[in-house]
Parts: sequence; structure tokens; C-alpha cells
Amino acid sequence: MRNPQLNANGELNHLLSIDGLPREVLTHILDTASSFLEVSDRDVKKVPLLRGKSVFNVFFENSTRTRTTFEIAAKRLSADVINLDVQRSSTSKGETLLDTVDNLVSMHADMFVVRHASSGAPYLIAEHLHRTGRDDVHVVNAGDGRHAHPTQGLLDMYTIRHFKKDFSNLTVAVVGDILHSRVARSDIQALGTLGAAEIRAIGPQTLLPTAIERMGVRVFHDMREGLKGCDVVIMLRLQNERMNGALLPSAGEYFKCYGLTPEVLALAKPDAIVMHPGPMNRGVEIHSEVADGPQAVILSQVTFGIAVRMAVMSILAGN
Amino acid sequence: MHEQNIQIKNGRVIDPKSGFDALADVFISAGRVAGIGEAPAGFTAEQTIDASGLVVCPGLIDSSRLPGLETELSAAVAGGVTALSCPPDTKPPLDEPGLVERLVRRAESLGLARVYPVGALTMQLAGEKLSEMNHLSRAGCIAFSQAKQPVFDTQVLLRAMQYAATFDYPIRLNPQDHYLARDGVAHDGEVASRLGLSGIPVCAETVAISTALQLAQETGVRLHLSRLSSAAGIELVREAQQRGIKVTCDVSINHLHLTDNDIGYFDTHACFDPPLRSGRDRDALRKAAAEGVAAICSDHTPVDEDGKQLPFGEAKPGAIGLELLLPLTLKWAEEEDVPLATALARISCDPAVILGIEAGELAVGRPADVCVFDPAEPWRVVPTALRSQCKNTPFMGYEMTGRVRTTLVGGRVVFDAA
Repeated sequence: MRNPQLNANGELNHLLSIDGLPREVLTHILDTASSFLEVSDRDVKKVPLLRGKSVFNVFFENSTRTRTTFEIAAKRLSADVINLDVQRSSTSKGETLLDTVDNLVSMHADMFVVRHASSGAPYLIAEHLHRTGRDDVHVVNAGDGRHAHPTQGLLDMYTIRHFKKDFSNLTVAVVGDILHSRVARSDIQALGTLGAAEIRAIGPQTLLPTAIERMGVRVFHDMREGLKGCDVVIMLRLQNERMNGALLPSAGEYFKCYGLTPEVLALAKPDAIVMHPGPMNRGVEIHSEVADGPQAVILSQVTFGIAVRMAVMSILAGN
Repeated sequence: MHEQNIQIKNGRVIDPKSGFDALADVFISAGRVAGIGEAPAGFTAEQTIDASGLVVCPGLIDSSRLPGLETELSAAVAGGVTALSCPPDTKPPLDEPGLVERLVRRAESLGLARVYPVGALTMQLAGEKLSEMNHLSRAGCIAFSQAKQPVFDTQVLLRAMQYAATFDYPIRLNPQDHYLARDGVAHDGEVASRLGLSGIPVCAETVAISTALQLAQETGVRLHLSRLSSAAGIELVREAQQRGIKVTCDVSINHLHLTDNDIGYFDTHACFDPPLRSGRDRDALRKAAAEGVAAICSDHTPVDEDGKQLPFGEAKPGAIGLELLLPLTLKWAEEEDVPLATALARISCDPAVILGIEAGELAVGRPADVCVFDPAEPWRVVPTALRSQCKNTPFMGYEMTGRVRTTLVGGRVVFDAA
């Protein structure tokens, strides 16, 4: 089966998922991101790598934060950025996803940054571009359903590498609503590919996907057990609609069992770092004292995120 | 319409029902089989069909939704299918005798495959009020079903079975618990977890089967469970059959050959309801079909391109299959070392018995519904090779072996590949 992310030379043509990408491709993105980090510290925060290129942010699902970071990254690469809030325009008039894509291709888009509520939507777009002979248009998945959020996964890996250097002796815990989390899937796949020593998934059974151990993780239902000896703790956001229903009885009980408090964090290694993809629910999945504490690297993640997205876009445009 | 005297010469005649399997001529007169091997007295052939090197068997029996009656019945006869049951989830549903009569008349006027309507078990398929089963039966319904609509109220289901059992009408159910399958689009397993697709657990099927079996035992109704997808589901049916409960089931050609791994990178042609399950499940279905626990059906479901060119979770499930029923059954038989006659039984006499219709047999005195096929002819599944109005199939591009050459219904040639 053709890997829709890679071109005939095995180079990255779209970034759709971490799944199926070789370690060298991931490492190359992280290395490239390092070189972009200092651009953001300059007086003139721009490099001309994407000058004359048009990047379309096509968000079928609401997001201010992710869209903004992609916009900043593209602008720092000197691209023209067009933001489309598709939710409120074409699709509400009955236009199909692929009709929208065809229209934007006709406007000479060079790259699509796509967010969609349905898992696999960016694959559909990439396949369609391939079928219509437009492999020169690149797709970056900015989050699709529960499936993948590869740039978030990469920026998390960048953050871990920045603080911990080497993956091979790390124990990393991913905590919370893994079932609905595209971030968790991308993180777990990236950690596996980069050779983390142990990946743990911590949460109640209702929030863990079936057969998750087949993704190479060790499952813990007990937060205290799961955090013991961890080098990295990745907390996941608990969506409001999951808090009081058939998955969980209440936010309060969830915090009691799976919230990251200073007390349970003390069970991890003393130099463990705490990550969160944002936006945080203080007092639901994470205690404020931890979120604002010395072990939290949550704001570094945001900074690194721009460099990683610049790296991804520049690599795609160059291939 | 005048039926000619037809002689099908030199074919390998297989009647799975009787076990007859020999080189012989088949003589057809007045729409019925008049002789096999020996011509009836005074028979003069007005038409001969040369079946040298070909198999002559009873026309295949399937069940299918028929959104475009003429195209889909043309596809049926091109696939060797001479009789079809049609589930009641038409628009409007088959819950009134007039609708049933109209469907039967329209199908008859086309003169292609025979159509046997399955009536709605409850009015509007709403699962609340029983349909007029006796009236519907008089109009032509051979069984009653909810198609894919749930009956939430198990008391209604019990009453419906009791009422159907009163008249010995068979009931057909698609066993899937509505709540457990809610929002699900793929088998709840490793693939769905990795791709972030909502899962339909196996228990959605086993819970529904268990409920149906308990009620069937209670009421004594003849129960048919359509489209099983899991090893655990098959096991429940097998046990029930062994305990003497009147239950039959079928599996689709898709589920015999594919697994959730075939979803690959979100291929919507692998989107099915019930979903494709694991390799272990598929193997259990293949074994059940080999042993005769399950019959085989095509689960023919035309979906246009707009319904498939969508993200996986939004796509319409299903695939066409009338023209693939025979070659995919042959492929399964070949791979599982199942004798040809047994394989043909799963798509002819077995479903005929389940439907309670006079078909699926190639014997003197029976209606001359006949399928003549070349068991060795290779062909490739391409859109132009298919007559169905839609071309949605995960087998597009596959090489098939075995192709229908001639189909007869009631002694008339309704399809001829030449």
C-alpha cells in the first residue's frame, strides 16, 4: 500500500500522521526546528524560505490557538497566509470537503493546513490531490478527529529532547482522556519511533482505547503506580462534555483519581518534566501549583511549537 | 410469454440439494426442468446452449436492497442470481400490502430475477406497533424483518415473534445492539484505536444475538440472523442450532474475505455495517460457512461516489456484490478446500430453505432457474464490467476466477454473456 505521506523518493510530501514515518524523518524535522528557534529571537523575525507561496489554513473545526501558531510559523517563513473559517462558509452551504479543496487549489494554494472533526479527513484530501495530479500541493494535518495531531506530537518530542536529550532511557507517562485524544496517539507513536524506553498510558478504562497496549504502551489505571519513576508526564485536556456522563461521574472524582497534584508528582523522578498540550483545565486534570511550578514546561512547548511548524512547512515546500 | 424448449448441452450439472454432480444435458420445457441426462419423450430443442467446460447449477439466491429495480435486477442476473429477497427498508418501508404488491408487479414486469419481498415487522419499522403480517403475507411477503432498524422495546420484539410464530412466518434480524454500536464506524480493535475511529464492539452483536435467541426459544419462531460479523456471534448461533433452536444465519462475501486491516489509510470502501472485524473473526466466519452453520450472501449495497468520497466516519457503509457473489464464493471455497457443490449450496439451496421458497434446486419438475458459469474464466473487477448502478466495492481491480455465462429464470434466458 502506498504511504500517502511520502513521495516516490521516500521524502515527506504531506504530514498527516506520525504513524508510518521513519525515525530519520522525525529526527530531520526536529533538527530543522532547532535551526529555526533563533529566528524568533531576531529583530526581523523572518526568513524567505516560503516567499511567494500561499498557505491556506483550512479549519473545519474551531481553533484559535493552533491556527495562530501555524499562521505565525508560515509568516516567519515569508509565506502569504490565508485563513479560512470553513465551518461558517462553504460547508454550511452544502459544499463537500473535496469541492472546497478543488476551489482552493484553483486559487493556487501551495499548502493546506487542515483541521477537521473527522478522523482521516486530511488523508482524503491528500488522496484526492494525488488522484487529480496535484501532488505539488502539500497537506499538513492540524488535527483530525481523534486520529492525529502530528505537529503537536513533534513539538512534544522537541520539548522532551530539549530537556532530556536522549529518548532511549526515558519513561514517559501519558495521562487522561487518551480515547478521544489525537495528541496522545501522535505522542505515543512518536515516542515509539524515537525509541523511548517505556511509554505508559494512565487513565480509567472508559478513557482508554481498546487494545491500546498494541500501540506499545503499558497501561495503568492507578495514577500513583503509573507515575512512579517517570521522566516525563504528559497531561491531556479533559473536554467539558466528557466530565459528567457515561464516561466519568464528575470532574471532582476525576481530579481526585487522575489529577496531577504536587503530591502525586512527587512520585515521579525529581527532575521529571510536566507537559500539557493546552488549553489546561486547572483543577480538573492539573493542579495550579503544578501548572505554574518549576517542573512544568508548558510554555516552552508553545514556543517550540512555532519552530517545529516552520520546520515542517519548509521541509514540505522543499520536497 | 412463450417459453422455448431449451437444451443445455454437455455441462457439468451440479445440484447441491440432491448431490447430483455429473456431465449431463439439461432439458427445459414450459419453464421447468423437464429432464436431466435423458430427454423427456417427444422433446425437441428450440434452442441449445453449449455448456462444454461449464458448470450448470441452480440459479443463485441472494438478498439485496433494490434502489433502482431495473439496474440492480440486471446486475443480479449477470451474477447468476435468479431470486432475491428484498428487505423492507424501502422508501416508504414495506408495511402495507399495496406497496408489496406494487414491488412484486414491477419486478415481474421486468422479467429478470424473481423478487421476494420481506415485510416490515413493525409499522414504519419504528419498533412499536406490529405490522399486518397476515395481510402482508397474502400480498407476497415471505418473511418479516426490521432491516437495520432497532426494536428498542424487547416486549414488542417478543410479541412480534409470538405473532409471526402463530402463522409460522420466518423472522429475519440484523443483530446489532443500537446503543452499543452508537456512533461506531469500525470494529472496536487495534485498527480503530490507531486510526481514532469510534469502535463497534463485538458485544454489540452478541448482546443482540443472545436476546434474539432467547426470544426465539421462548416463542418457537423461525429466526434468521443476517450478516454476522464475529467469531463470538457465530459461536452463539452454532450452540443454539445444536440445542435445536430454529435459527439460521448468513455472512457476507465481504466479511469472508476482508478484515479491519483492509481499512488501510481510511479507505471508505472498507466501511461496512456491521464492520469488518479481526482476522480471527473472519476465519471463524469462513469456517462456519464451510460447515454449513451459515449461508453466504452478497449484502449488495449500492452507494454512489458522493457517499464514499467522505471522511471514513461520515461515509455510507456497504458495497455492491450481486456480480461478485459467485466468484468470491468460489475464491473462498478454493482457499478453504470446500467442494464446489458445497460452496454452491451456500448460495443456492441453503438460502432458499431459509427463505422458504421453491428455488435453489436443479431437479426435474422444478422451475428452470439456472446459472451456467465458467469456473475457470479469469476477469478483473473494473467499473465497466459491473452492471449495478453504483461501482462501490473494495474488490475493485481484483482478479476474479469464475464468471457467469448464461442465466435462465423460469426457462427463459435473462442473461447471456456472449
